[in-house]
Amino acid sequence: MRKLSLLFFLFLSWQTASCQTVNLLTVDQLNDRIIKGRDTTFVINFWATWCKPCKKELPYFIKLENEYAQKQREKLTVLLISVDFKSAIAKKVIPYLKKVKKQDDLFLLDEKSEQEYIDRIDKNWSGALPATLFIKAGQRRFFETGFTYPELVKSYKNFQ
Amino acid sequence: MKILFTITLLLTVLFAAAQQQPTLMPGKIAPGVALMSVNDKKVSLNDYPVAKGFIIVFTCNTCPYAKAYQQRIVALNKLYALRGFPVIAINPNDPAISPDDSFKKMKALAKAQHYTFPYLFDEGQLITRQFGAKNTPHVFVVLKSAANLIVEYAGAIDNDTPDTNPAKIKYVEDAVNALLKNIRPAVAFTKAIGCGVKWKEPN
Repeated sequence: MRKLSLLFFLFLSWQTASCQTVNLLTVDQLNDRIIKGRDTTFVINFWATWCKPCKKELPYFIKLENEYAQKQREKLTVLLISVDFKSAIAKKVIPYLKKVKKQDDLFLLDEKSEQEYIDRIDKNWSGALPATLFIKAGQRRFFETGFTYPELVKSYKNFQ
Repeated sequence: MKILFTITLLLTVLFAAAQQQPTLMPGKIAPGVALMSVNDKKVSLNDYPVAKGFIIVFTCNTCPYAKAYQQRIVALNKLYALRGFPVIAINPNDPAISPDDSFKKMKALAKAQHYTFPYLFDEGQLITRQFGAKNTPHVFVVLKSAANLIVEYAGAIDNDTPDTNPAKIKYVEDAVNALLKNIRPAVAFTKAIGCGVKWKEPN
């Protein structure tokens, strides 16, 4: 029995390790998700595999989620949204994400017009990366800068 | 010592301020351009006496957005050079930060992509700062007036970098078509989407 449960456990961990998927997400779907989250704080990071400062700060967002959502049980959700081209999902985005320790809420933006989606995410966004949006029950703050981990924690706490 | 420190601080502030030059908006006077091209000759906008204006594209070798647009930039030159709006491409990136954007690599790229227009290297990044170009690609359509060059459009080439939407809006084509009919472009400013210019590290 013990052996069986060990096997089962191994199977489960293998499953989660290989289950990492990147889902397409439209701005409408994103807004819907935020509304359904009610009083959850969403920290939404826009990144791309070709953006060096994005890749530098990506682990900080995962660390923030581990620390405050999982350990401290705060209502926090981190969404990582790649703005890579759709054609790069299999070759670039998924291989890169395999290196980071996050299984869910990994997306690739699914919009046709860049000019439109940029304005819909935030009017002040020039389109440059990295970019991060803090949002909670109608309250929002947009950053078009990179973060160190202490800066990210500070911004998160100030936003609360 | 204190004076030296103050001067250094002042220079740093000035340098930072110079880098954060805002993008030249429609209606503003554009600076002249005279830079070395991939054929080892200096190209100046004054070399085009019959041009009505220019499609000035800040672009580079390395950025996926710039790469996605290479052949669309070739097509723009084909479409408009003989009608009075030739393309002038400028690489704004510092090769110390982005080695694949060196002048040597620019020459190879221009050859491989069959560039039919000058591809200039903005060594020192002065022209890039004067235009306030932020990303690659970043386009400025300029029109000659009696004494100056006037920015008529600034922003993206179209609204579909991956080139998958047949109903894309072609901002630069729309702007040049309007200017060819002596009317102001209906959309004169869009957000230039792409990779940030690789600025020189301050010394």
